[in-house]
Amino acid sequence: MTYGIWAYIAVMAGVTYLVRMLPLTLFRKKLNNRFLRSFLFYVPYAVLTVMTVPAVFESTGSVFSACVGFAVALVLAYRGAQLLPVAIAACVAAFAADWLLALF
Amino acid sequence: MEETKQTPACRNSLAAGLRDGVPIGLGYFSVSITFGMMAVAGGLPVWAAVAISMTNVTSAGQFAGLSIILANGTLFETALTQLIINARYALMSLSLSQKLDRGVTLLDRFLMSFMITDEVYAVAAGGEDNVGRRYFYGLMLAPYLGWALGTLTGAVASSLLPASVQSALGLAIYGMFIAIVVPVAKKVKPVLKVVALSIVLSCAVHYLPVLNRISSGFAIILCTVIAAAAGAVLFPVEEVEE
Repeated sequence: MTYGIWAYIAVMAGVTYLVRMLPLTLFRKKLNNRFLRSFLFYVPYAVLTVMTVPAVFESTGSVFSACVGFAVALVLAYRGAQLLPVAIAACVAAFAADWLLALF
Repeated sequence: MEETKQTPACRNSLAAGLRDGVPIGLGYFSVSITFGMMAVAGGLPVWAAVAISMTNVTSAGQFAGLSIILANGTLFETALTQLIINARYALMSLSLSQKLDRGVTLLDRFLMSFMITDEVYAVAAGGEDNVGRRYFYGLMLAPYLGWALGTLTGAVASSLLPASVQSALGLAIYGMFIAIVVPVAKKVKPVLKVVALSIVLSCAVHYLPVLNRISSGFAIILCTVIAAAAGAVLFPVEEVEE
């Protein structure tokens, strides 16, 4: 490792805290810039998607089980299931898929 | 949003805050187990996994940070990734700052900032009433403990679980991400388009020659900024999201 683990932790914690703290302490008025507001609105969905696809396909023992788990998560999320049930069902499905794969 | 002269009612009960925090804390416990496991499985010591959780309290940011640490990335990459991934907290802080009760001091704001997460923000800012300090401090407690203890549990348990279970658990965090994105994409068409663009960009950066040499940290930043900026230009949001 190029830097000590503490250096990484300090940078992560420092930046994350500043992002949260500065707007809460400095700004009391409503954000007026429409572009910035829209940009911030889309960021969570963009970033979660970018982190999920295609990394999700390499997150389990095989691409097959990852696809099964991914599909199960998509269907359940589409039908409005909560975060935790979706996550658990995806894991169980992937586990079952890898187990089936090992049988053949 | 309508401005009224009337002062809104204020939620300022410590007990109510503690109570509302419990379901968030339970959810965090289960999610941070995955973080603890992934960190230790990747080669970090248990104390480092717990220290990251106790000082950051952010899921997506920590997972991205972890991948950069494990890939031996630079501190600049680490900082920029946290900035971009956690930029949404700035919007939440901004929104929350409008709903804080007058009794909330500057010192309170410094402390409260630490625990502005997606879920805590949603519960605190979701109601119509203003938010008081006692309520928010109560609300913070269970999620913080859940996040720290879950990480510790996952980090310690990592080596005890069979490999097949460990590998299936790798899917948990993505399952959560999917559960956050899909319902919104289903309801709000522009979000669906931003999500589609994100998928195309992310796959391009991952699979195309030359582009796939970009480190994973910068790839996340690059794709996110392009997709969210395209969304902001093509489908501007009219009102601040509540």
